Amino acid sequence: MDRLPKWADVALVPLISLLLAAVISALVLLAIGQSPVEAFKVMVDGALGSPYGWGYTLYYATSFIFTGLAVTVAFHASLFNIGGEGQAQLGGLGVALVCLAFPWPHWTVALLAATAGAAVFGAAWAAIPAYLQAKRGSHIVITTIMFNYIAAALLVYLLVDVLRPAGQMDPASARFPEGAKLPALNDIPLFNLVFTKAVPANVTLFIALAMAVVVWALLWRTRLGYQIRAFGKSESAAKYAGINPVRITIIAMLISGALAGMMSINNVMGEAERLLQNSSEGAGFIGIAVALMGRNHPFGVVLAALLFGFLYQGGAELGLWTSIPIEMRIVVQGLVILFTGALDMMVRMLLGRIFGLFRSAKAIRSAGGAA
Amino acid sequence: MDYATLLQMLDTTLRLATPLLLACLAGLYSERAGIFDIGLEGKMLAAAMAAGAVAALTGSAWAGLLAGIGASLIFAAIHGIASITFRGNQLISGVALNFLASGMTVLIAQALFRQGGRTPPLTGDARFNPVILPGAEAMRDIPFVGPLYYEVISGHSVLVYMAFLIVPLTWWVLFRTRFGLRLRAVGENPAAVDTAGVSVVGLRFAAVAITGVLCGLAGAYMATALQAGFGREMTAGRGYIALAALIFAKWRPVAAMWACLLFGFFQALALRPDVVQAVVQVKVPVPFLDALPYILTVLVLAGFVGKAIPPRAGGEPYVKER
Repeated sequence: MDRLPKWADVALVPLISLLLAAVISALVLLAIGQSPVEAFKVMVDGALGSPYGWGYTLYYATSFIFTGLAVTVAFHASLFNIGGEGQAQLGGLGVALVCLAFPWPHWTVALLAATAGAAVFGAAWAAIPAYLQAKRGSHIVITTIMFNYIAAALLVYLLVDVLRPAGQMDPASARFPEGAKLPALNDIPLFNLVFTKAVPANVTLFIALAMAVVVWALLWRTRLGYQIRAFGKSESAAKYAGINPVRITIIAMLISGALAGMMSINNVMGEAERLLQNSSEGAGFIGIAVALMGRNHPFGVVLAALLFGFLYQGGAELGLWTSIPIEMRIVVQGLVILFTGALDMMVRMLLGRIFGLFRSAKAIRSAGGAA
Repeated sequence: MDYATLLQMLDTTLRLATPLLLACLAGLYSERAGIFDIGLEGKMLAAAMAAGAVAALTGSAWAGLLAGIGASLIFAAIHGIASITFRGNQLISGVALNFLASGMTVLIAQALFRQGGRTPPLTGDARFNPVILPGAEAMRDIPFVGPLYYEVISGHSVLVYMAFLIVPLTWWVLFRTRFGLRLRAVGENPAAVDTAGVSVVGLRFAAVAITGVLCGLAGAYMATALQAGFGREMTAGRGYIALAALIFAKWRPVAAMWACLLFGFFQALALRPDVVQAVVQVKVPVPFLDALPYILTVLVLAGFVGKAIPPRAGGEPYVKER
């Protein structure tokens, strides 16, 4: 097979995969008797047509940056962490416990503490599957899936029986104190010139972007990152080079779990301001699509997270204004994972053919010129 | 716990073990041929929706069953194309198909019936009804054995008996036929199979197709026998539990049956908090019981499996020329 030029590999392959996913999504909409053009218009209007829409798109994107980075770090160690959902929900628990512990004097202090709480709880939830994978060889994919279900049950129990204030009906924690309220984009000077209405996107966005840089630096500029990537490329070579597989497996999963947990400062602390059931709403799973779409690079993850932020806000608008069920988002998510992750080779083969054709045409022309 | 309660629990265990067993055997064929499949869940879900929808529209459970198998086969074909033809990552393909099934089932059910993503409740011939085995009524009064036969063994839908018959059949196919030998070989050493002049791709597609059929049975059972209709996310992780059972059983059919019965029993426990409470003498929170099958799955995977060695070429796409 012909080798693709680097620019095609980096940009063209994901774009074509995305296009294929979009085409199939359109066909799905046609099949259930809806208009894809109309649907796309509603999505663009709702997600990107106003600062208000952008406020939601960026809010979702913030969560997806965290979960996308979480999957990315694990992927580099050749570990497939499907447990982002459970880790994010446990992260939410960490945030809630921290926020409810004190009448926080200022949001900056509360944010620091809550971030730590979210990261620790998320990492702890990833630690057991990590240990079982490293020490006992239980496959991380199965154990992390199981831990998602266990996390959901644990949170139902805690919210109904433990954290729910007396006299409250719905299974949720108490409201967080005033001091733990994060500024939304409409509260921040300069940003409030654009975002005049209250939006859910908040300062966590900047933490997410900073984490993208941190993850990049960690993976490509530190010894640990090198070890993680080396281990991911070849376990036996890494072992031979003196890298401890147990240590790297556990550390990579701890980082991954911490990142997934940290998304909860966005939704639990920044938006709901109390812990609700199923707080992560599938964002942990979206991380898989985001990481694949972003080619496992933090920069790509940020772009893919924006795309999925658009898709999520747009999908919500579809559920609001049309009769297309909100589950359309999950279909698109599945298609993106399918094309960017599993059918990657198909797209490459296709492109390789096309580039091959161009090349041979050029070769024939230059051969003709020489003669 | 008295004898009657125990019988009830065992009866529920059989009911709940059936979809696990079908999905587990489905995974067995695929993984023995070297194709990991974490998309069992999605295939079951798609089959459940198709079976529920077609049974509701035609009033025939058998038509529903065929539709379920068809839907599951479509998903199996996509998995095959992605992981065999295009040598993609089998885990990622499985995850993608699970999401696709999760969304598509609601979309289609909503487009067809407009009942919030469910299919209409099934009655009469649209469901697989209990089969009373011969002699069950007559033996009912024989102490101990009679109620066991009547309550536990008899009175299930035909799909339950089918599932348990597929266990010896699978054993026979895998270990006593030429096809089975080749299937196992292709999961251990595809290059050897290729050298012998047998198509690796053909065998693997055959295995994935069998997986599709069995997942179709599992899904159809969920919607037309265990419950009366399809509801969103109704498989609730059973595909993953089946995978865990498969590992627990070390990819062997008879052991798979025992593993699925065990996991089925865990699920039956979760449905009876009163029984659990009576046995352990402590009030157990219901969410804990809900999580119990998953917790026990992790425990089983963590400690009691011993060394579970998967088929050697599992997860690796086969590249013909090096």
